[in-house]
Amino acid sequence: MPVEIDIEHVARLARLGLTPEELERFREQLGMILEHAERVTEVAAEDVPPTAHPLPSSNVFRPDEPRDGLGREDALANAPDREGDFFKVPPIVEEAE
Amino acid sequence: MTTYETVIGLECHVELSTRTKMFCSCANEFGAEPNTLVCPICLGHPGTLPVPNERAVEHTITIGLALGSEIAPTSLFHRKNYFYPDMPKNYQISQYDLPLCVGGELDVEVDGETRRVGITRVHLEEDTGKTTHAGATGRIAGADYALEDYNRAGVPLVEVVSEPDLRSPGEARAYLQALRGLLRSLGVSDVKMEEGSLRCDANISVRPEGHEELGTKVEIKNMNSIRSVERALAFEAERQRAALGSGEALVQETRHWDEDRGATSSMRSKEEAFDYRYFPDPDLSPLEPEAERVERLRSELPELPAARRSRLETERGLPAAQVAQIVDHDWDGFLEEAVSEGADANAAANWMTGDLAALLNEAGIQLAESKVTPRHLADLVGLVAEGTISTAGAKQVLAEMFASGAEAAVVVEERGLAQISDESALGAIVDEVIAENPEPVEQFRGGKEGVIGFLVGQVMQRSKGAANPQEAQRLLRQRLAP
Amino acid sequence: MTELCDLAGHELAARLRSGEASALDAVESSLARIEATEPEVSAFLARSADDAREQARTIDERIAAGDDLPAVAGIPLALKDVLTTRGVTTTCGSRILETYVPPYDCTVWARLKEAGSMLVGKTNCDEFAMGSSNENSAFGPVHNPWDLTRVPGGSSGGSAAAVAAGQATWALGTDTGGSVRQPAALTGVVGMKPTYGRPSRYGLIAFASSLDTVSTFTRDVRDAATLLSAIVGHDPLDATSIQRPPEDYTDGLEGGVEGLRIGVLRDWLGEGVEPGVRARTEEAIGRLENLGAKIGEATLPHADYALSAYYLIAPAECSSNLARYDGVRYGHRAEGANVIEMMMRTRGEGFGDEVKRRIMLGTYALSAGYYEAYYGQAQKVRTLVLRDFEAAWEEFDLLLSPTSPTVAFPIGAKADDPLAMYLSDVYTIPANLAGTPAISVPCGLDDQGLPVGLQLMGRALDEATVLRAAHAFEQDLGFDARPPLLQELTS
Repeated sequence: MPVEIDIEHVARLARLGLTPEELERFREQLGMILEHAERVTEVAAEDVPPTAHPLPSSNVFRPDEPRDGLGREDALANAPDREGDFFKVPPIVEEAE
Repeated sequence: MTTYETVIGLECHVELSTRTKMFCSCANEFGAEPNTLVCPICLGHPGTLPVPNERAVEHTITIGLALGSEIAPTSLFHRKNYFYPDMPKNYQISQYDLPLCVGGELDVEVDGETRRVGITRVHLEEDTGKTTHAGATGRIAGADYALEDYNRAGVPLVEVVSEPDLRSPGEARAYLQALRGLLRSLGVSDVKMEEGSLRCDANISVRPEGHEELGTKVEIKNMNSIRSVERALAFEAERQRAALGSGEALVQETRHWDEDRGATSSMRSKEEAFDYRYFPDPDLSPLEPEAERVERLRSELPELPAARRSRLETERGLPAAQVAQIVDHDWDGFLEEAVSEGADANAAANWMTGDLAALLNEAGIQLAESKVTPRHLADLVGLVAEGTISTAGAKQVLAEMFASGAEAAVVVEERGLAQISDESALGAIVDEVIAENPEPVEQFRGGKEGVIGFLVGQVMQRSKGAANPQEAQRLLRQRLAP
Repeated sequence: MTELCDLAGHELAARLRSGEASALDAVESSLARIEATEPEVSAFLARSADDAREQARTIDERIAAGDDLPAVAGIPLALKDVLTTRGVTTTCGSRILETYVPPYDCTVWARLKEAGSMLVGKTNCDEFAMGSSNENSAFGPVHNPWDLTRVPGGSSGGSAAAVAAGQATWALGTDTGGSVRQPAALTGVVGMKPTYGRPSRYGLIAFASSLDTVSTFTRDVRDAATLLSAIVGHDPLDATSIQRPPEDYTDGLEGGVEGLRIGVLRDWLGEGVEPGVRARTEEAIGRLENLGAKIGEATLPHADYALSAYYLIAPAECSSNLARYDGVRYGHRAEGANVIEMMMRTRGEGFGDEVKRRIMLGTYALSAGYYEAYYGQAQKVRTLVLRDFEAAWEEFDLLLSPTSPTVAFPIGAKADDPLAMYLSDVYTIPANLAGTPAISVPCGLDDQGLPVGLQLMGRALDEATVLRAAHAFEQDLGFDARPPLLQELTS
């Protein structure tokens, strides 16, 4: 059974602007893909620890030594829009959280 | 009338004063030109990867040890996913269910009592860039566009979360002062709220006294000083009480503190609560603080504020509230040095928490940055104790020392502030005053005690403020005695 | 007389050292082949001819001065367009990065450049490395040099085709779920995926962080060993890079397979495998046995679930990795009245269908209420797959299977069926989940004259055994078929 997904909610969470046609098409396709992916739940795995990395390590660090980064012009070189020394974006209408 | 209890918890964000950012080697400095402390990593360029700053991890452990937290044997960095233009990757590398430090407590002096405030957790994450809303009002509503500066993006940030153990805005203030003092003494951050290296959000609810269940929780943001926090919490507590009192329901929401209006207002509400889709960051490996490292950091802890306060109280006999202020500001080292230079502890402490604190506040600088040294203070205290200058005169000397670093004796000389204490000189003025004020003298001899103040004032006037008022009074009484 | 651009890297290197050919000659040969074949193959998104010639001249000067050069010096190289190259556009096959010019080099390219490699261009790929046919590129599909109406495989289709067509002597791609091994199989070249974390991922534009592995496309196994040796080794800029120095994999390459225990994954030779693929694989098994290998039957019991787990883990990681493409700091930006609108339009316009599907799949799998059942569970299945491999290594030194169940399929054949496309990776995915090294080496052509690839998988960090066995097999088989396209050209 294909899985039912609230596709509009997911698209908004992912900031993907989709047309109604796309929303419908993806809803169907994702439903089928998830049906297949859901097979992982068939596996008995309560006592199995999750693997985040195939070859785990720990305590990988960097010393607290400064290095030159990009100069401002290089930093802004790829900016789609800028004003002076800043990256410029359309107005933000909501607080972050 | 139902009595309500206020329940407050504070979430503090502390920018660490490491030399570099959390996950890249860009310099960590305040006040640089916009977008000059950036690199492909902290700009979130495609293909870049984070590598944790070892010192930042150690500072976090140090903070946890100072708060009596348990250092987690295994800790993970998680990605907190949300979209915002000040977040180069549109996820923040933070910590979720396996923070570096769990539990702990901070003892806080409130109204002469020690309250133990629980700490829930201490974790490590990265800071965001800075957004400026440009256009009409400079605030979000009505802005035409926004500008992003990523100098701050990636700076190491430690989040300290308290248990909801605080019961009043005053307690919240005391907690913040104590926390700030502790962090400053650890040398891990500048903790300047005005520069953003210490930030605070609050969670506040009210409930009828005696109730166990917590009331509807409201989050308050945008409080930019300790005073703001106290004012905002006072406003909000009142707002909530009034609402409940009149039968209104409270909404669980985030409110914005407006310093100018002195009120909180609802931030635009979301359709749904934020789903951050936390998952362990696959670019980073787990942190497993080694026993040797933790022990080394523990041995490197400076004497903690609680111990310092206790020592000042017992060894120097200073009152608890004053001791709290001195230790919170990290002034006890200065005080001890002044005492070793010969100053009386009480007098020195009073000058520090009184006039000197006022001068520092006005100038907006720390004691360490001022021109006043422990020896300056010791000299000043000594001159007052000897009677060479009056208290009023000493205030002037202190102001000049603060402004120019001049020696106390030099200032006294240059401004002629030396009190006249010499019996013959002062005696002459006293005699003149007695002679010229027969009626008040009569009244005094007749039993009206208060008149002595007037007569002392006359001596001060005649001597152009140079008379030692205590001496003047003594001589007056002596010569007026029958 | 073989064109310089058709020689294996070690053969070309010999000519460079003997003075028979110059690095400039080598580069011009590759560039000419690109000119001649690109209209039909479309393997490249950007060419760096002038830079390559510049690099060639420097190499020639050093050769003339009698310098001892690294093994990779003077050999024309192509890089998949998900590897950042400073000053050269890096698009990931996507509109959203169409004009993006990185300000830094990825570590593997920086090391190769330092060693004297000559970059002829950036190759076409499925958008953000998501796909198995190179039909998901925003800039058009790549055509398989063996049959231009067919796919070269994906996602590193461009790099595979470039090496197969002689456009570059060797190339780097990235293998997350099979994206180098599968196209290598479909284009008749050697595709080698080392242990995860062995080459640095710094500058590898991320798709799935715990799976992405820089891998090699070469004409033969010796070249794979050479090129691999030049790109592995710890990188302080990558916290997941294995803390080991570089290694010379050409050492011990000639060791042969005598006594090596090879487990055939018999389950993977059943239904769903094309007859041609099955036939060539069985022949390969026989050949290895003749060479002295001990052949047995192996199984990875949870392999069935590996595909499902992969299609939860990879999208989950990618949904987060691709969040940064929002039009603020670089790349494409659409108009918007406010920043949310701008971001939604930018990403709606800039990403193709497959990328959008995977982002949404991943977002869903990580979202509140679904994490445990989907992502969390998939991570557990991953552990079980790892344990399957560990059990297999008790009995065997290598595992063997076809690389792909099918040979190259026609362009458009699976375009409307994402699930069918995902099944192309069913034999390659387990090695990504486990992080183990795996190679695809050509083992013949099917009845249609299309290449078949043989997969050998080894223990983590045991690239040496994988390469040694593949080399022995390859030398014995003597596969020397060329794509018809080239036969036409050089006749």
